[in-house]
Amino acid sequence: MAAQSCSQFHVFSAEEIEFIAEDELIEIVPNMRMDQLNLIRGDFGPFLPQIATEVPLWLAVALKKRGKCRIRPPEWMSVEKLTQVLEAERDSEKEFQVLPFHYVEISRLLFDHAQDDIPDIYMVRSLMEDIRDVRFHKVETSLETFDGRTSAVQAFQKLGNMVPETDSVPSTRPQGTDKAARGRRILRGR
Amino acid sequence: MASGSSGPTEDLGTLTDVEPLKRAWRNEKAAPEILRYETHLIYRVSKQIELLEGTVDDFTEDGVDPLMISLYQMDLDRIQFLLRSYLRIRLQKIEKYMFHLLLKKQEFHEKLSKEEKAFVQRCAEDMKKHLDESVLSHLPKNYQSILKQFTTVEEDDAEVDDMVPEPPLDTFVVCIAREYVGPSEFQDSSDSLAMDLPLEMEPGDLSFIPYRRIKKLLESRKVDLV
Repeated sequence: MAAQSCSQFHVFSAEEIEFIAEDELIEIVPNMRMDQLNLIRGDFGPFLPQIATEVPLWLAVALKKRGKCRIRPPEWMSVEKLTQVLEAERDSEKEFQVLPFHYVEISRLLFDHAQDDIPDIYMVRSLMEDIRDVRFHKVETSLETFDGRTSAVQAFQKLGNMVPETDSVPSTRPQGTDKAARGRRILRGR
Repeated sequence: MASGSSGPTEDLGTLTDVEPLKRAWRNEKAAPEILRYETHLIYRVSKQIELLEGTVDDFTEDGVDPLMISLYQMDLDRIQFLLRSYLRIRLQKIEKYMFHLLLKKQEFHEKLSKEEKAFVQRCAEDMKKHLDESVLSHLPKNYQSILKQFTTVEEDDAEVDDMVPEPPLDTFVVCIAREYVGPSEFQDSSDSLAMDLPLEMEPGDLSFIPYRRIKKLLESRKVDLV
């Protein structure tokens, strides 16, 4: 029996991960007035000039694109906070620092659409890349300890905060029998 | 924003159905086999979508601020995407494992919606017909079964339907615990060489684990797949 179409249907594409991330709430500061939005997922607004309010990220980006608001970068996206996180990541071999679930996607959306709202954007960007590198390296090393006999990876239980990396590692659904090799193949994904 | 009463496994206190739908979509996408059809959830979501579509139409007629309309439309689009993707993933899995589903009668009844069941029947009939006509009828007698590689005259009861592709339940998945899960709740590993570590998960813990071991946990909503 031929396996029809794609066998990788259970892989989340980058767009799909972004889609999930876009539901995260973020603060905006509107520069206009608008009535409350009774969306399917909840009520947002009413929107008043200069009064900060929380909305889903997709909504924030849509409003920002139309010049209707400023976006307040989340608290963790500051140079000080990120420097702390980076140092802590480098110090600890196995533990991951607490970062929001979708920090990669959130920051990418903000870099793309709200550059003027992020102070020291170049620093922030470079810190985030460094953090990502360190974390990926940790994931890679721990997957390498994953030999053919392990039926479940105990180590991963400690990596409670590595979910963002899992999301951005598309084919964490390995085919083939050599699990360690799978792991390494996985990480070449993104 | 109505939630309404639903199947016994729905969270009480969810204000909207968006979260459950997103969760169902994620789980379905990540799982190697088809999961139970969320009849009540999907029904409610479809109704909500219809309602919202009507609202957007009314807004357009009434000349409401186009910005607001486009935002409502975006929200609507997002929900529709979730719903469609959910249904589409299921169809892909059904197409891939249609014979397997037909053989496993119980799973067939429990997991598929009415429409999906009809689809499987038709799909399987068509596929069988196609294979029979193009290949199987030209093979020697004992090789003509669509289910088995080779059949013999004496029917064994230990015969295996080895031409039927089955979902790979040993695929590794990443799962996140929603409640505390003790070691006894994981199903046994099928790998006899496995070093079985005593496993437990606190809420919020992640594990990279073969699907087979957390299948039951997923069904009882104790874990979600990522």
